[in-house]
Amino acid sequence: MSATTTTGDTLAPLRREWIRHTPAERLTRWVMTLTIVAATVWAVRTIDIIPEFLIDAPEQMADLLLRMWPPDLAYYPTTVHGALIETLHIATLGTVFGFLMAIPLALLAARNICRIPALNALAQVGLVASRSVNSLVWALIFVAVFGPGAAAGVFAIAFRSIGFVGKLLAEALEEMNPGPREALRAAGAPWGAEMLKAVWPQIRPAFWGVALFRWDINVRESAVLGLVGAGGIGVVLEDAINFFQWDQVATILLAILAVVLVAEIVVTRVRARLL
Amino acid sequence: MSDSALPAPQAEASARRAFAPDWGMRILGILLIAYLFYAASQLDLGLGRFITGLGEGGRFLARMVPPNFERWELLLEGLLESIQIAVLATVVGIILSLPLGLLAARNLAPWWVSGPVRAFIAVCRSLHYVIVAIIFVKAIGFGAMAGVAALVVASIGFAAKLFAEAVEEISMKPVEAVRATGASAMAVLIYAVLPQVASRFVGFSLYQLDSNLRNSTLVGIVGAGGIGGTLFAAFKRFDYDFVSAILLAIIALILLAEVISGRIRAAMR
Repeated sequence: MSATTTTGDTLAPLRREWIRHTPAERLTRWVMTLTIVAATVWAVRTIDIIPEFLIDAPEQMADLLLRMWPPDLAYYPTTVHGALIETLHIATLGTVFGFLMAIPLALLAARNICRIPALNALAQVGLVASRSVNSLVWALIFVAVFGPGAAAGVFAIAFRSIGFVGKLLAEALEEMNPGPREALRAAGAPWGAEMLKAVWPQIRPAFWGVALFRWDINVRESAVLGLVGAGGIGVVLEDAINFFQWDQVATILLAILAVVLVAEIVVTRVRARLL
Repeated sequence: MSDSALPAPQAEASARRAFAPDWGMRILGILLIAYLFYAASQLDLGLGRFITGLGEGGRFLARMVPPNFERWELLLEGLLESIQIAVLATVVGIILSLPLGLLAARNLAPWWVSGPVRAFIAVCRSLHYVIVAIIFVKAIGFGAMAGVAALVVASIGFAAKLFAEAVEEISMKPVEAVRATGASAMAVLIYAVLPQVASRFVGFSLYQLDSNLRNSTLVGIVGAGGIGGTLFAAFKRFDYDFVSAILLAIIALILLAEVISGRIRAAMR
């Protein structure tokens, strides 16, 4: 049998046509490409494009930059500095309050800490709800509750942070080694001692990592909360824009940029030293 | 041998104090509490205000239920515009991010190219998208185009950075091999660089679409189109039952997008 097949087919493996993807793979690739193109075409054709606005956009942009230059630096010490400090207070207080509310939820959401599935699910729902509402929307809600001011900003930042922090802490809790907890429990330690001496040392690196990361995000977010009246530098920015004081706007934007960059550098440095 | 000598004094020390109090932690905690009181007093956060807030919050919640879906056409229109903004911003943002990411990769581009490009990407990332949207509303005018432009800037800030990091992690062996055959720079990119990073690029793009969808529901607050404008208007008119309807719709949209992108990501693996 081998004699008959080998006569003409010695080169067959070399003549075989190599195709990189299976037909199914190629089909999915085509479908994906088609979906992307179709979505783009649909979006371009139905979105509101006002040609007049688009044509003079470069002109308007140049005009805006000319009005912004030079930045009104004399404006910084009188108004911007205080608002900037307020923004940092909002971000830090919001982060701390967020952690205070996130830690119990994270403990409830971690399946190895809280053994009741119903409570796990409930805590997860709370975390998801906090994450799916944006901080600006939280700010709108808390402005309606507390009235305009920094209090609304602090609560908006705190409620937004719960979901993010709680999720990451719950994941860290679920990944930890059960050995130390079992050892302490076998020695008759109460729940509090178990948490403090077996759980906390294991999640401490994750905890500080999350805290720094979230604080960095919160500094960025608290800068815009003032646009909806929740205190901080956003209020000053909104006023300057409404009065078309573009040179003051430039000063504020530079101040925000500087604070965000400094916060990022601080967080990177502290993290490198801590972890 | 030398290793075994090292842990001995440590083991002895830990045997003496099994659960030593962490004084650094305690001092940090006290400082933190002191700061909290200082900052709270600076921001005029008091218990009285909190308690009035709770009452107001109760009234606010009472007015939010039941959600009012009567103006569902307005709601749907806003949601569709948000989706359009997200799709366009992602497509344009990714197309711009690809070359920027390659130029910012320090293993492929010379330092005098990668340095400025990295700085540009960092600036794009540092400015919050709502602030960028304000500037574009002034430049392009009210409407969805300003939202698209703002989210394109935000997309560049994140996607180009991730692309550059992915490109910096590639193995240089295929690159050297293709270069050794005398291939042009373009051929090196297509045959040696892109095959190593293509699947990660798809993942980043999907993530960016997800995040643009979240953000596109908000740029409307400053007049840059999408459902955010409807939401802000409803807030200003104290139509809290319509507000809760909009919020529910936004949350449903975001959860749906998360589920779909999770499915696609799982299927790609």
